[in-house]
Amino acid sequence: MQSSTLFILIVVLSLVSFYTGRGRAQQARNSTRLLALPAHYGYMTAIWSALPAIVLLLAWLAMEPGYLNNRIIASLPASIADQPSETLHLYVNNVLLAVGKGGVSDDPAIEAAAAVYMQAKSTSRMLLSALVVILSLSGILFAMTRYLTRQHARRRVEAVVRIALMLCSGVAIVTTVGIVLSVLFEALRFFDSVSIIDFVFGTSWSPQTAIRADQVGSSGSFGAVPLFVGTMLISAIAMLIAVPVGLLTAIYLSEYASRKFRSTAKPILEILAGIPTVVYGFFAALTVAPFIRQLGTSVGLDVASESALAAGIVMGVMIIPFVSSLSDDVINAVPQAMRDGSLALGATQSETIKQVIIPAALPGIVGGVLLAASRAIGETMIVVMAAGLSANMTVNPLEAVTTVTVQIVTLLTGDQEFDSPKTLAAFALGLMLFVTTLLLNVVALHIVRKYREQYE
Amino acid sequence: MNISVTDNVKESAAAPFDVKTQGNTHILKNFTGTIGKIQVDDPKISTRNVNVYYGEKQAIFDASLDIGRNEVIAMIGPSGCGKSTYLRALNRMNDTIVGCRIEGELTLDGEDIYAKGMDPVLLRARVGMVFQKPNPFPKSIYDNIAYGPRIHGLARNAAEIDEIVETSLKRAGLFEEVKDRLQSPGTGLSGGQQQRLCIARTIAVNPEVILMDEPASALDPIATAVIEELIDELRENYTIAIVTHSMQQAARVSQRTAYFHLGKLIEVGKTSQIFTNPRHELTENYITGKFG
Amino acid sequence: MNNTEIVKRGLARRYAREKRFRLYGRCAVFVGFIFLALLLLDIIVKAMPAFSVTEIRVEVDLDREHLGLPAEGPVTAEMLSGANFNGVIREGLRAAFPEATSRKQKKALYSLVSSGAWFTLSNQVADDPDLIGQQKSLWFRADDDVDTYYKLARRTSRIDDLQAEYIDALDNMDLIRTGFNTALFTNSDSREPEQAGIRGAVLGSFWTLLVTLIVSLPVGVAAAIYLEEFAPQNRLTDFIEININNLAAVPSIVFGLLGLAVFINFFGMPRSAPIVGGLVLSLMTLPTIIIASRASIKSVPPSIKEAALGIGASHMQVVFHHSLPLAMPGILTGSIIGMAQALGETAPLLMIGMVAFIVDVPGGIFDSATVLPVQIYLWSDSPERAFTALTAATILVLLGFLTAMNAIAIYLRRKFERRW
Repeated sequence: MQSSTLFILIVVLSLVSFYTGRGRAQQARNSTRLLALPAHYGYMTAIWSALPAIVLLLAWLAMEPGYLNNRIIASLPASIADQPSETLHLYVNNVLLAVGKGGVSDDPAIEAAAAVYMQAKSTSRMLLSALVVILSLSGILFAMTRYLTRQHARRRVEAVVRIALMLCSGVAIVTTVGIVLSVLFEALRFFDSVSIIDFVFGTSWSPQTAIRADQVGSSGSFGAVPLFVGTMLISAIAMLIAVPVGLLTAIYLSEYASRKFRSTAKPILEILAGIPTVVYGFFAALTVAPFIRQLGTSVGLDVASESALAAGIVMGVMIIPFVSSLSDDVINAVPQAMRDGSLALGATQSETIKQVIIPAALPGIVGGVLLAASRAIGETMIVVMAAGLSANMTVNPLEAVTTVTVQIVTLLTGDQEFDSPKTLAAFALGLMLFVTTLLLNVVALHIVRKYREQYE
Repeated sequence: MNISVTDNVKESAAAPFDVKTQGNTHILKNFTGTIGKIQVDDPKISTRNVNVYYGEKQAIFDASLDIGRNEVIAMIGPSGCGKSTYLRALNRMNDTIVGCRIEGELTLDGEDIYAKGMDPVLLRARVGMVFQKPNPFPKSIYDNIAYGPRIHGLARNAAEIDEIVETSLKRAGLFEEVKDRLQSPGTGLSGGQQQRLCIARTIAVNPEVILMDEPASALDPIATAVIEELIDELRENYTIAIVTHSMQQAARVSQRTAYFHLGKLIEVGKTSQIFTNPRHELTENYITGKFG
Repeated sequence: MNNTEIVKRGLARRYAREKRFRLYGRCAVFVGFIFLALLLLDIIVKAMPAFSVTEIRVEVDLDREHLGLPAEGPVTAEMLSGANFNGVIREGLRAAFPEATSRKQKKALYSLVSSGAWFTLSNQVADDPDLIGQQKSLWFRADDDVDTYYKLARRTSRIDDLQAEYIDALDNMDLIRTGFNTALFTNSDSREPEQAGIRGAVLGSFWTLLVTLIVSLPVGVAAAIYLEEFAPQNRLTDFIEININNLAAVPSIVFGLLGLAVFINFFGMPRSAPIVGGLVLSLMTLPTIIIASRASIKSVPPSIKEAALGIGASHMQVVFHHSLPLAMPGILTGSIIGMAQALGETAPLLMIGMVAFIVDVPGGIFDSATVLPVQIYLWSDSPERAFTALTAATILVLLGFLTAMNAIAIYLRRKFERRW
């Protein structure tokens, strides 16, 4: 049976369980003292029906493809099965394609393997369906027994719900673990082919690998330093714009601006923050970059059409609201007593801000800057659309550079075999990115937390 | 502006507001004017018919009072009766509060404080303030005190700043305790020391008047005693107006006392007289502890 | 006092500094405003051409013989798919310009109409087979270069003098016009800019967001309930909270890598399908929803909870019967904002492959699809000028959706905020 049909079956049977359980409990109400509301009994039997069945279904569906693939491989003649894994993988794919066409193929071996697959799948599905039905019915059966009314239904149901809630909050941990493991796993496979020293310290980035072993020009180099430099260059330009502008904006809005001005300015900043990065990228690539190029050539400078400056400027503006709102929170947290103390001594407002408030808020501001830097480093779309593709180790903002995120995208959006070092390099880069942003976030949070203790 | 100075101040139209103390309502309603001698000869600060509003709510009703040179005047009264508001009006700290409006005449050495041409920065350099809760800046002790002189340009070189710092600390009675650690953070001192630091900071600017808003209420008794002694010494060089919750403190440190009740200045006079022989019923009720 | 004099001396400079500082602050605020204004203006200006389309009127003779259909008998769909619609259109063009005889002239003439025009005609005939045998005067879309030339009076190098002549002649004969480009919304992607539309991308976004909503809302709210109401104060709980805060700050592209490695590679889910995109986006939206829901649940007054407990409700019942319904407005607001963020995400979806050229409109969550921001990205890469206008127009559509969603969220927040 189709998995979606099975799912609907489970739902229907659970509903039946619910009504059976509730109905029985309502009947029993007259004769015995129930330990919970009838509805709770209904939920309890419904959970009995649904939960084991769904768990089984999901687990089965997850394991099935792997199992079936193994069956195909087991059925293949040794001549094919002994091939290296890439070829074998291709072969299995062909078998699956043939299955899609109804098991027909030119190659008799493939046809045979396809037949094995279809047989195994139908057996598996029959077994699955039977088990699912049995498990789902169990709830209804349970509802019919005497034991139903003796249960503390409410407590049971609530216990299950509590566990479900806890598991949901555990999703966060699972996700992080998933990210770490998946990126780490693939990155480690990459470091099997390319040494980590070459990667982290190498200065030549030219990710080509041979498609066939005898191809000329097959050597690729995976030195990521130009990527790091490019990322740093564009991020630095962005921070140079975002930090002063964002900080001054926060200062003006929290210390000088009237309530009316503040209430119009804040939403506009939020709009700026809510614009998708792909829109910024479009603007950067099609308007800002040509404009800078024209400006440069009119002054006699040689500006690339995908200059780091263009991408950096647009990225900087994108980060302004981020810096501004973080700084705003921090500045507002400085106690009024400090301002009063300074003003009472005869200081002007700017003197108070520059010499008392900002130094007091400094840890928080630094934390915010670090978080903004982490955002700049991890930004993808603006640089993919407006920055270059070729690795270039320079600090000249008028040249085109490429960044870590751009390379991750380019490496993975071409048509390639998943296992080649080229695509695995993307994961290695992803690992670097994840670790860097994680470090920045942890340090930033630490600084902000330490600062918060100062005033509490 | 010509103001006729009389002892009887017309009762101003009061905006209705909660009267927390029962039984005194009718007394307050019949209030006709401040009792006692408002004026002094050659006052340092002179205020006439001062009304202070926070938005729609009125906090001070038609207060008139003189503060004499080199005297310590205490302002007492139950919580929320406007003492701090009145004090803050004297150095224009109420300017920082949005929606705060001041009417009336307030002068310092005869100059109108709220005149258009009067610079609040300049005013505050002459009239300093110490707050209830010590608020040292997150800087070193040295920089805390040097802050004022530096921004006003009172010193020409580092040596002069050193001198100012030392003098201020000595006058605040803190020098001996911190002379070895002037670079350590001001926030690292104890509560009483911090408050003396704030006093030293205020003195460093060389003001003429020091306003103190319940300076010892956040401190332990020993620190409080030190501060009170200090106030007595400071009287030599400065005019001091101190708001205090504690009547005993007012009795100990001040020469004149003013009693505020719900925004109105009820009675003013020599400290000894106020506390032994108050002339107004409200003052008497407060002094004898019938409320407050 | 000489003190006053000293202070007075420095005042002018100090106030000048004060003024300058205020000015800097003001300028900083306006930097953001000006940039936003420039951005929006630029996009609107660029998008204008995409909303109108140039069409050419051609008299077509749907004669069976000319179409290559049998002279009699019913016409099947298979026959139609092989019919020579292109030829019929070209005949019509030649009829309008009988003087076009040389190969060069004919080539210029034929190139005026969009190369996909035959497809439109084919669809029309398939919908209404009675058209066969009739002579009809129909409007066909012009080629994108003609479109640019005619709408903007700007000549690209692709319009030669001959074509320009023909276009002017058509103009004089009133056989060419510009109208609203409904195809922008009804067609899906195409290689020809004049045929391309965003229907596929809009539906793709719809399916993807549907998956995101169905997955992240329940899980996020459940997690928020647990953390806020049931979680004990221990290290595990702290660890969960640290993880949530970290996830909120992880770059989006890393989520794409996760999706690629786990969902596509390990679980073998279909590449490029909304189900995978939705799952990846829901992992990204989860922290937002959890944080918003927690704040909302926290703001329910404890007095209500205590009252319910006092009647004898269990903790679970208090939460689900009282806290949760009262926290709903805040939770909804938070999720709408989360969905709006997810709508604009591009990078992770590029990673999981929602980047292929997809012509068919996705019918469900397992079909290949693309989403609006990815469509924008793909089109902005194309060199044809007309695609620029399309991209800008699509951006406006995307911004329109985002504005609507945020407006709803703000409206909900205002409407329900008065509670306490």
